[in-house]
Amino acid sequence: MKINQHTTDHTLTLVLDGELDASSSVLLDTELNQPSILENQKVLIDCQRLNYISSAGLGVFISHLQRFQDASVKLVFFNMQEKVHNVFEILGLDSLLTIVPSEAEATAI
Amino acid sequence: MKNAIRVSCTRRNLKVVRDFVSEFLEHYQLSELHINQIVLAVDEVVANLIIHGNSEDESRFLDVRLTMQEREFGIELEDESSTSYSPSSYREPDLHEFVRIGKKGGVGMMLVNRIMDRVEFTTEGLHNICRLYKKIA
Repeated sequence: MKINQHTTDHTLTLVLDGELDASSSVLLDTELNQPSILENQKVLIDCQRLNYISSAGLGVFISHLQRFQDASVKLVFFNMQEKVHNVFEILGLDSLLTIVPSEAEATAI
Repeated sequence: MKNAIRVSCTRRNLKVVRDFVSEFLEHYQLSELHINQIVLAVDEVVANLIIHGNSEDESRFLDVRLTMQEREFGIELEDESSTSYSPSSYREPDLHEFVRIGKKGGVGMMLVNRIMDRVEFTTEGLHNICRLYKKIA
């Protein structure tokens, strides 16, 4: 699992590359836990190269969602593969989180 | 086709088991989405057994056995942990509540129960055995 990031106009984009499981989710948790992340207006999660997610990865997003909402930071997922999106759907997380098809739509939110 | 492996109880072996199950299922003309669902269900139980059941003790082992009988996929996971999972204590979690309190874990068995047709946990002697089944269309 690799996480690359870039920032433009108060928007932080995290680019996830690889498999997010009980072993690798610690890395994502560390990134989302940075206090400075709440200085952004938006945090975009680019999922194009995210090939797999388990409950450990989902749990990291669930655990930070309220903190982001309290700080008025929007968390938006985009470019999600169908098999990964399906995992969010199985739990109904697709209605709790903001998931859009493309980066353009994520940026427009 | 290889249908059994033994792995030590470390998180690094989660991917080893996922790849093993995935390669087994690739012989049965399933969609990528369905393979991913079954691999995910197995991964969730294996993660629970390695992390919670065996405290990530690399000197302990987990046996994984796969079957396909009359288009029903079966997986048997066996360890020698002194702690065993009690399905009767399971309650479907409230995700809104999890978001509110910032809870990190607890949705793994929800995925397993929603994906698989049958989930069985038994203790036979010193061995804990978990069996998962899924009918393949």
